[in-house]
Amino acid sequence: MSLFEAKNVTKQFGDFKALDDVSISVPEKCIYGLLGPNGAGKTTLIRIINQITGPDSGTLFLNGKKLLPQDVQSIGYLPEERGLYKKMKVGEEALYFAQLKGLSKAEALKRLRYWFKKLEMVDWWNKKVEELSKGMQQKVQFITTILHEPKLIIFDEPFTGFDPVNANTIKNEILFLRERGATIIFSTHNMASVEELCDNITLINKGKTILEGRVDEIRNKWAGSEYELVFQGDIKLQENGHFKILNRTVENGKSEIRLSANSDVSTNEILNDVMKSGKVISFNPALPSMNEIFIRVVESRN
Amino acid sequence: MNKVSVIIRREYLTRVRKKSFIIMTILAPLLMAALVVVMPLMMLSGDKDLKRIAVIQDNTNEFQNVIPDTKNEDFVYLTGTDINDMIKSFDTAGYYGVLYISPRALNNPIIYSKKQPDISLLDHISNSLEKDIEKKKLQEYNIQNLDSILKQIRTNVNPVTKLVDQSGGTTETSTGIAMALAYIGGFLMYMLVFMFGAQVMRGVIEEKVSRVVEVIVSSVKPVQLMMGKIIGVALVGLTQFLIWILLTIGTVGIVKTTVLKKTNMNEITQSMTQNVMEANQAQVPAVKDAAEMSPQLAEFSRIFDNAMNQNWLLIIFSFIFYFITGYLLYASVFAAIGSAVDNETETQQFMLPVTIPIILALMVAMGTMQNPDSPIAFWFSLIPFFSPIVMMARIPFGVPAWQIIVSMALMVITFIAFVWMAAKIYRTGILMYGKKASWKEMWKWLRYSG
Repeated sequence: MSLFEAKNVTKQFGDFKALDDVSISVPEKCIYGLLGPNGAGKTTLIRIINQITGPDSGTLFLNGKKLLPQDVQSIGYLPEERGLYKKMKVGEEALYFAQLKGLSKAEALKRLRYWFKKLEMVDWWNKKVEELSKGMQQKVQFITTILHEPKLIIFDEPFTGFDPVNANTIKNEILFLRERGATIIFSTHNMASVEELCDNITLINKGKTILEGRVDEIRNKWAGSEYELVFQGDIKLQENGHFKILNRTVENGKSEIRLSANSDVSTNEILNDVMKSGKVISFNPALPSMNEIFIRVVESRN
Repeated sequence: MNKVSVIIRREYLTRVRKKSFIIMTILAPLLMAALVVVMPLMMLSGDKDLKRIAVIQDNTNEFQNVIPDTKNEDFVYLTGTDINDMIKSFDTAGYYGVLYISPRALNNPIIYSKKQPDISLLDHISNSLEKDIEKKKLQEYNIQNLDSILKQIRTNVNPVTKLVDQSGGTTETSTGIAMALAYIGGFLMYMLVFMFGAQVMRGVIEEKVSRVVEVIVSSVKPVQLMMGKIIGVALVGLTQFLIWILLTIGTVGIVKTTVLKKTNMNEITQSMTQNVMEANQAQVPAVKDAAEMSPQLAEFSRIFDNAMNQNWLLIIFSFIFYFITGYLLYASVFAAIGSAVDNETETQQFMLPVTIPIILALMVAMGTMQNPDSPIAFWFSLIPFFSPIVMMARIPFGVPAWQIIVSMALMVITFIAFVWMAAKIYRTGILMYGKKASWKEMWKWLRYSG
């Protein structure tokens, strides 16, 4: 069942159509990637989910019920363009945001203590925000986003500004949040993290949905005709009527070759062809990366 | 509603805790008091150069020592000096000028100097000579005990103004006090509305520039954020205003008990009285007994009582009312402007249309003090953009109740309308970046839905 659903959402700013009949359906306890090039309408959709702006038409559902103003309590949002009050003390500011999400002061303090300890930030409590590095500020913001234990969390580019160690910490926290039952909408340009984290995606371009579904299904669907194989030794493979060679590298006494099968050529035929050329170490259908799919889909639409 | 109070709390506390607020709150009344004390002292003391003036009398000795020395001028009576020589040489001899008195032209003594003499010197000379000549003319009538009669007939006339209320009771008032109050009321209103209005704008810009705003509006409605900020800053203003009133009441109380009630006055009053006395010495040879001093104290005390007779309750109530409504009106405009721009320098193009009504109101308010019931004062004290400042300048002179009520009602209607419009512009503006804002653009935002 879907935790969140948007049906036929349209939003117009003057003459500019930011969203044109977009629908998404986010299954419960999944990490849902919201992808698209710059200016595609992702931020507008996210703002509509957060009820920062209203759609011109279309309906939104949370837990099967129409989205209501008080549902902001059940949503956590980390915007891409984020910031904190520079002059406030870290603890006070975190408390402030928690109270804005409807937590009582006592409850907010209790949870903040837990999270500050967990992410090793206890010493920062009385520091002014401006004294923290950018990455540290991001961590504070991450906590304020999830402190009220929202059912739906929206992360817009959560990893920017983090060093690899902290990025990994945050990644693990996101996975941990899902385990605890949260549903996550994850908007990013970083396709590697999409492959790593997302279960489902929607790709939006120019205000329209152009691709959606489970990540593995999408990759399999786009796979089809490419193979990666590795030979022992320096092997030169001859192209024939069945396939074309896309790429060939020799490293550590192994030849890695990527080839593209011509249409109507089965995997068996290809295998037959290549086995004659040398000692095969591995042979795999090549799954296109999300990055490739993204570029191909967007470019084909333009 | 609960969330708005969380916002108000933050806006209030972060500002009240600032050092600049604490310093301003305590220092402003002290500075004001210092200004009130120092300004008259400076005016009384004048410049410190001592001017020596040679007095040459043509064939007479009649006016020897008639013009007394003052703090700034010494009069040196020369005999046997030729006026024409003196005119050539007074400068090198160290004189500021030469006063030439000739019995043939008693009404027009001549002052020779290199620079144009100031008016107080001329007044001093003409007063002293007039007194002396009048006295000599009187003496020709051979009146007995002339000196004591003269002393007896010396009078000082100060009109007392009394306002008559509906029941026929009267209250002694002072035009001077009313003017001072009008000035302070109007000016303070101008300052507070502008200062705190601009604070709201800066707060909005800070949130927009630091991008905090997007996180906040995912928790609360933009209107709630805007109102929270406006109300929070208003409370800061009221806090400051209340502290100022308390400090003033405290100071007034101290002045009243130490200066007016104590029989042995402290040094400050003494020196202040002495300053006034010195000015009088020119006319009356000093008789520094207690009887001569008390009229001045009595005058001081009367001014004081007159000040107390002002309708303070009405003044303070109106001030708070007009501050709140006027502030809400302007602060909402400031908030809308703050939301439309990307940084503070961009605000300038919007500031002029906001500044003009405020400045115009201040100018009208200053004119109002001369004529509190003029048509211009009347109309401006009703029109919402001007009324807070202009009405504050009118109230100390007495304003019919219906005018105050109409003015206040218009104020309330207008501020509600403006807060509503500002909220619409604000909620679009705070999320717009990089778009060059203009009045036209803001008008478009005003009509956007949701």
